[in-house]
Amino acid sequence: MNDPSPFTAAGRVDPDGAPPTRRERLLHHQALPVAVIACGGAVGAVSRYAVGLAWPTTAGHFPVSTLLINVIGCAIMGVFMVLITQKWQVHPLVRPFFGTGVLGGFTTFSTYEVDAQHLLQGGHWVTALAYLVATLAAAVFAVWAAETVTRLVVLDSTGAA
Amino acid sequence: MTWVFVIVGGMVGAPTRYLTDRYVQSRHRADFPWGTLTVNVIASFVLGVVMAVGSTPVRLAVGTGFCGALSTYSTFAYEIVRLADGRAPRLAVGNAALSVAVGLAAAFCGAAVGTLLR
Repeated sequence: MNDPSPFTAAGRVDPDGAPPTRRERLLHHQALPVAVIACGGAVGAVSRYAVGLAWPTTAGHFPVSTLLINVIGCAIMGVFMVLITQKWQVHPLVRPFFGTGVLGGFTTFSTYEVDAQHLLQGGHWVTALAYLVATLAAAVFAVWAAETVTRLVVLDSTGAA
Repeated sequence: MTWVFVIVGGMVGAPTRYLTDRYVQSRHRADFPWGTLTVNVIASFVLGVVMAVGSTPVRLAVGTGFCGALSTYSTFAYEIVRLADGRAPRLAVGNAALSVAVGLAAAFCGAAVGTLLR
């Protein structure tokens, strides 16, 4: 992330005249994004948990629900990033809340790897390999396809928003 | 009640990912998403431990909540597409292969450590 934080500009007039310490500036700089990312992360994690409860994965079987969670999260990411970088001017906290928090909390890399590890340890080599490759391919394709379609739909032919 | 464990874990995991990513990305100048790789590998290791040794509340809070929110597939895949877009297809493939391979190794190590702790 190399986009400048919007919070650097939040000038604070201190009647005592003491300039903020480095620690104070850092807190001021990160406190809001961290707070909204925490809220978004909770929403994302609970949504993922709910999907897992509704469609539990049986041991030794292809983890369909985790694959769908990751691929759907990636597709939404593709749409979201085109909308907020090329179409709309959004509040600076929208990206941390939804992109970093909700979508980051909803999708999971660790469950993907531990699912594969359990399949491999159970001797289900083909299922494990198919799962590893299918998730990766589908997730990358989902980002790319969602971006491409969103650009076609929301941007006019000149490429301008 | 089980939801509370997941919520608390998610509330800690997601900001930890953000701060770790920012810290790691500020430590190098290369155009490679080391930050996401770092959080994904750490989360795979911790989840491996927790799934081998943890009680149900620990699995929900630390596993489903914390590790699930600490790791991310959406940013991982998004960064692969950005690298490929930016005419760095080798870095894109390298990031994908390295992340999946090291993350899987981390999950195995975590499971081994968890089994020892049991």
